[in-house]
Amino acid sequence: MLTKRIIPCLDIKDGRTVKGVNFINIRDAGDPVELGASYANQGADELVFLDIAATTENRKTFVSLVRQVARHVNIPFTVGGGISSVADVAPLLEAGADKVSINSAAVRNPQLIDDLARGFGSQFVVVAIDARKDYNQWIVHTHGGSKPTDKKLFSWAREVQDRGAGEILFTSMDHDGTKQGFAIDPLTKLNELLHVPVIASGGAGTKEHFLQAFSLGKADAALAASLFHFGELTIPDLKTYLNHSGISIRL
Amino acid sequence: MNLAIIKYNAGNIRSVAFALERLGLSYTITDHPEEIIKADKVIFPGVGEANATMRYLKDKKLDQVIKGLRQPVLGICLGMQLLCAYSEENDTPCLGIFNEQVKKFQPHNHEKVPHMGWNSITFTESWMDSSVADKFVYFVHSYYVPVNAHTSAITEYIQPFSAALQKNNFFAVQFHPEKSADVGEKILHSFLKVT
Repeated sequence: MLTKRIIPCLDIKDGRTVKGVNFINIRDAGDPVELGASYANQGADELVFLDIAATTENRKTFVSLVRQVARHVNIPFTVGGGISSVADVAPLLEAGADKVSINSAAVRNPQLIDDLARGFGSQFVVVAIDARKDYNQWIVHTHGGSKPTDKKLFSWAREVQDRGAGEILFTSMDHDGTKQGFAIDPLTKLNELLHVPVIASGGAGTKEHFLQAFSLGKADAALAASLFHFGELTIPDLKTYLNHSGISIRL
Repeated sequence: MNLAIIKYNAGNIRSVAFALERLGLSYTITDHPEEIIKADKVIFPGVGEANATMRYLKDKKLDQVIKGLRQPVLGICLGMQLLCAYSEENDTPCLGIFNEQVKKFQPHNHEKVPHMGWNSITFTESWMDSSVADKFVYFVHSYYVPVNAHTSAITEYIQPFSAALQKNNFFAVQFHPEKSADVGEKILHSFLKVT
């Protein structure tokens, strides 16, 4: 049976992990390669590396980091941050990335999704959608959730799928950082609407929140960052809990 | 051991190479027929689209090379599908080592396409290490090979399909052993041990 996936997300700047990391048995908590390998050993199902600086100078550092991750980590990983063209993607693929995640660039130029899917295959293309609820409508935002767009979550998600995205990473900006749980209602609706997998993001604070995302929200995967980095929740604990709660999980 | 990875326009050759490095193995990535033919073992990886890939293999005359190989060959993902007779993906005649038709998954209830993520493998008759039976491996695919006489492991998604195949010196897996953590490494080892 296909299992639900747990995905730690690592924010990268200048080749280092930012945000605090609170791990035992790690020599250098800022080293994304060591941290990624450690998550893989603990049972993470995939990893996401986001280049949060994404400047031209940083890009080369990031590509060499991707190569190191590919060399040392034996589970799939997605890379994102600052990808705006097909030309940006080729070096990441060549370095060994399994998937790329695009966000603002897809909103600016939706054709990019078609071009990436045609060039590299749908399985390689994750479209991240940040949205928040304004006057009863889920509005897509870009630039880390700061800039509203004219796109609505559900129609945009459908368009993204139809253009060839292989997966959608949905973050509720209203829930992100609150640790009050994922945005279940829009998640359920997305999963009923789409035939590609949906990753839930934003709001994880407890094990129960993951259970809700999978059982009520019908998410295929759930992503969290600081919760794992600070050791508030460990992946083995979370997966054992989900397994006992009847969720199909890889132990 | 002289290990060749067939170089062609497929996505994940680098990932396979890195997985072999983690196992302490050296390899050659090559599209030269002589180098492929003289290798002790050959890996035929792949992520991509069947039709364009078959055209590329034909242009490079690699289709005939692969069909004629006598040493153990491991097809991975698209590599496994291309070893079959035909793929529904853009109506593509393939290499025909396995006389099977590759079919497209139809989305069903809450089961989505692509089949993406970790799923378990059940053995029928297998060249793989028995310790990986019923363990989870990583899949990403929209097309599948139905269960047939050469199926060596089965996975259930929408319906049972072939997770692994074997016929004579040809071995194949639909999942990605190079991305399937320690279980995947054991499966690569199993292939490296076959004679």
